[in-house]
Amino acid sequence: MMEFIVIPILALLFATAITVAVIRNLWAAVMFTGIYSFLGASWMLILDAPDVAFTEAAVGAGVSTILMLATLSLVPRSSRKRGSISNSDFETKDPPRRRVISSLLVVIGTGAMLIYGTLDMPLFGSADAAIQTYPAPSFIEKSQTEMGEHGLPNVVTAVLASYRGYDTLGETAVIFTAGIAVLLILRKNKASDEIGAGQSEVTS
Amino acid sequence: MIDFPIIRVVSKFMIPYILLFGLYVQFHGDFGPGGGFQAGVIFASAIILYGLVFGLPAAKSVAPEWFVEKLIALGLVIYAGTGFTCIALGGNFLDYDVLDHHVLPGFLPHGQHLGIFVVELGVGITVTSVMIVIYYAFSARERRA
Repeated sequence: MMEFIVIPILALLFATAITVAVIRNLWAAVMFTGIYSFLGASWMLILDAPDVAFTEAAVGAGVSTILMLATLSLVPRSSRKRGSISNSDFETKDPPRRRVISSLLVVIGTGAMLIYGTLDMPLFGSADAAIQTYPAPSFIEKSQTEMGEHGLPNVVTAVLASYRGYDTLGETAVIFTAGIAVLLILRKNKASDEIGAGQSEVTS
Repeated sequence: MIDFPIIRVVSKFMIPYILLFGLYVQFHGDFGPGGGFQAGVIFASAIILYGLVFGLPAAKSVAPEWFVEKLIALGLVIYAGTGFTCIALGGNFLDYDVLDHHVLPGFLPHGQHLGIFVVELGVGITVTSVMIVIYYAFSARERRA
């Protein structure tokens, strides 16, 4: 029965990815990346990873789509010259045919190597896979008793916040640094706007 | 987008539930799926939705910029502070076992559970405020263009 959900979702993911690559209207492309993220979130839910699905839906489909739209309002709407757009800075010309073919060969070669690499991997969902045999059982068996007398039913949370709490501290520091970096960059632009206000009208 | 009645009414209806779901994912993360990061992005997306529909000034009056910027650091301080509290109580860094206490047993979490709870709260605060601050920074540029 699951195939009736799995196959359409994977087919839609594929179609959306192709559409994003092909479409020339950047607004539509951004909306398609949002759709792609939502399909990805559905797919993660099927793979029993609701945590990842939450994140994908909120960040991929929500926040990053909004940030992309905010960025797009500063640049032309189409990635190729379409008559009315006259800003030459943002136009992309089609590369020469020879370069397209050599790039295609490189991409196909890399893809073939990656697929060849997956042939050695255990089958999807196989019980003998390394991920099922090595760390997981010990965490699942021990986390109930080690996490105090109430127990902590969510093993994922126990691993992330306690067994690997130091990693998660580092991740939080990365998010902190990213936020500060965005603030620093955009703050600086805000301050220099007053000086370059007349100049930006000339360039845009 | 405040001129579109459907968007205005529907988002006004949705936002409390998104916030509630964010809190649920945060504080129920020890039992169900979720945790600080997931809760943070869900909580922030509610405020970003509010900003999209009712305008940036409205969102900034709910979550003032100076306040959210302080929260970025507060979350990390809560996380690292939990680690140092563990050292102060005689354990290792982030070794929550020393957080055992006997106040209201069975009601308040303690030991490992308390440590995870506090640490996830720190992650949630940092993630929420970083997402909101990035949104503020980007949409302030949008308004200028």
